[in-house]
Amino acid sequence: METKINPAVTSEQQLDLYRYMLLDRIVEDTMTKLFRQNKIVGGLYSSLGQEAISVGTTYALEKRDWIAPMIRNIGGLLVKGVRPRDIFTQHMARYTSPTLGKDGTSHFGDLKNLHIVSPISMLGDLIPVMTGVAMAGRYLGQNIVALTWIGDGGTSTGAFHEGVNLAAQQRASLVLVIENNGWAYSTPVGRQVPIEHLADRAKAYGCRAFIVDGNDVEAVFTTAREAVRLCRSGDGPVIIEAKTMRMRGHAQHDPAEYVPKEMFEYWKRRDPIDTYEKRLAAAGVLTEKKKAEILEGIHAVVQEDLAFAENSPFPPPELAESAIYCEGPLTIEPQWKRPVAEVTPPRSSVKAEWRVAGRGEFQPEALEGARPENPAHAAPPPRSSGDGARRDGAKPAARAASKRTAKPAPPVRGRK
Amino acid sequence: MALTTLLEGIRQALFEEMERDPAVVCIGEDIGVYGGAFKVTAGLLERYGWERVIDTPISETGLIGAACGMSYLGLRPVCELQFVDFIACCFNQLTNFVAKSYYLWGAPVPMVVRAPSGGGVHGGPFHSQNPEMYFAHTPGLKIVYPSTAYDAKGLMKSAIRDNNPVLFFEHKFLYRRIKDEIPAGDYTVPLGKAAVRREGRDLTIVTYAAMAHTCMDAAAELAKEGIEAEVLDLRTIQPLDKEAVLASVKNTNRLLVVHEDTKFGGIAGEIAAVVFEEAFDDLDAPVRRVTALDTPVPYSPPLEERFLPQVKDVVTAARELARY
Repeated sequence: METKINPAVTSEQQLDLYRYMLLDRIVEDTMTKLFRQNKIVGGLYSSLGQEAISVGTTYALEKRDWIAPMIRNIGGLLVKGVRPRDIFTQHMARYTSPTLGKDGTSHFGDLKNLHIVSPISMLGDLIPVMTGVAMAGRYLGQNIVALTWIGDGGTSTGAFHEGVNLAAQQRASLVLVIENNGWAYSTPVGRQVPIEHLADRAKAYGCRAFIVDGNDVEAVFTTAREAVRLCRSGDGPVIIEAKTMRMRGHAQHDPAEYVPKEMFEYWKRRDPIDTYEKRLAAAGVLTEKKKAEILEGIHAVVQEDLAFAENSPFPPPELAESAIYCEGPLTIEPQWKRPVAEVTPPRSSVKAEWRVAGRGEFQPEALEGARPENPAHAAPPPRSSGDGARRDGAKPAARAASKRTAKPAPPVRGRK
Repeated sequence: MALTTLLEGIRQALFEEMERDPAVVCIGEDIGVYGGAFKVTAGLLERYGWERVIDTPISETGLIGAACGMSYLGLRPVCELQFVDFIACCFNQLTNFVAKSYYLWGAPVPMVVRAPSGGGVHGGPFHSQNPEMYFAHTPGLKIVYPSTAYDAKGLMKSAIRDNNPVLFFEHKFLYRRIKDEIPAGDYTVPLGKAAVRREGRDLTIVTYAAMAHTCMDAAAELAKEGIEAEVLDLRTIQPLDKEAVLASVKNTNRLLVVHEDTKFGGIAGEIAAVVFEEAFDDLDAPVRRVTALDTPVPYSPPLEERFLPQVKDVVTAARELARY
């Protein structure tokens, strides 16, 4: 499918993007204060300077779509609808937190309403999990997109490779955002990998990639919107490499003395919120009055939620022994958006035989197979070669087919 | 009634569960067209199609992770690992992601990981292992290890219907050697319930999987000497049926635990500790263990035979215990 990033952003969207970035920063500034007051029980990770990536990518999703955050994606949680109080209580290990105090940081999720999968600390594991979310969504006919993030450091893990490879083999509707902030803890990206652009790896996996300025929230948003459109029309997965800079240490304990001062100074001038604020002001979208309104709204929510968190109790000790196994009836039932008859006999029945293209004389006409096809598409989906591989040689046919069947991207829902 | 192998019992369970519930899907390496390394999934693709019988790349972390993600949308994936030895490749995904999901953030993971396990077929060190205790030590996982075809089918159905991640060990030595009468129609065997395979008054032998058969042979030998051993087949390691163990020990006052896993850190140590803590006064003798050697599983037949517990080892230990 041809791809062209549409730069159009409405003023309503611009103000949303600005407001969410500002909310993210104020929430995290509040937590830094809490940390200094010893009210954060564990570590505190900062996404200072990276707000545009979490906010811009998540803003490209619809309510039905799924995200899985990493530690620097609080902005994404806020856009998806998480309240600041959940983030405060989670870091403060209170009983009112989404995990009731069983885990901290951004390690929480919401299967039923917001569609958020909780991360774990081991990097890369979310990629196969979110691939599975996308696969299940396709199976159920939901036409959803799954989006997750990984840092430059996390791209060196085996789980990253297995996840991206599986997603590409499945053509899963997965958007994988690589936040290249230049540092894996204390190690600069150039000492982790011998390549300049992590997105270049996409070619080897047989999937599409974009590189974007991670400090330009509109560029991030419009790129993610295109990635989401591609995924929803069956042409996933898509990798987005967002170039940015980690403006703090790995976590609060780390003063990041290994980072040259000049780097911080250079990137401070490119702060995603300051630059966007100037841009919107120059365009007349953000007036002083509007800015004051936005700030007032944010502070009201943050102060209320902060008070809620500070007044919340710690969990009762006996909670430690609760809910290791799910003993009740399952709380998540599959939401079918296609006829179940399509995946049950006799309609599900097939001939168990591979059709292998490009290996010898055999030239299959009608390739069935290796890749589960998405019946939610209005037109027949692109045929894959029978062995599931997407070789360069096989690409034009598949791409051409999907070009014909591509549907326009649904409108991005405005957020209140 | 025709006899059904343990392998066929599992295969029937997969068919019947996929027929019953469209949320059940199978995912693994070579499980579709090929029908699985041991042909446990043979025929599933023909009936249920590409979307429900998913062949993956060689990617244990990938497929276990994907199954976990699928379960978050209400599906019930059944994963196949070609040999359970390869579970080491997805250890992190299972122990850190899958196992902790419900406890930490309330997200149930109703998935099954089934895999051929165990020795006795000269598979060598990487195709013969019994790694159940790595996972028994991880809260949040359930572990099933059947010894009969009847149980294998009924336990597989329970595992698929369970709301938790279940590791389902399929002893490859038993796959085609063990045959049972299996009733027509739906039935389940509950997780966490041991079965008394043979009643006896003189000692209790607690065991599971292939060793259940070794212990039954040993019990028959012992009976010739007038020693009546009670053989208790655990069927599931987690949850562990402590009550059944304690009830049997209360009657026999002597306990021998036999397993094919290595000794150090094996379930025998845990069972001994439970009995010491909760039924010390019932014991007339120290708890004994007969297990595999604390070595990798060696390849050459005489070495593997030495490695695995044999009937004579069980008989000797049981005899000493009965006479203690």
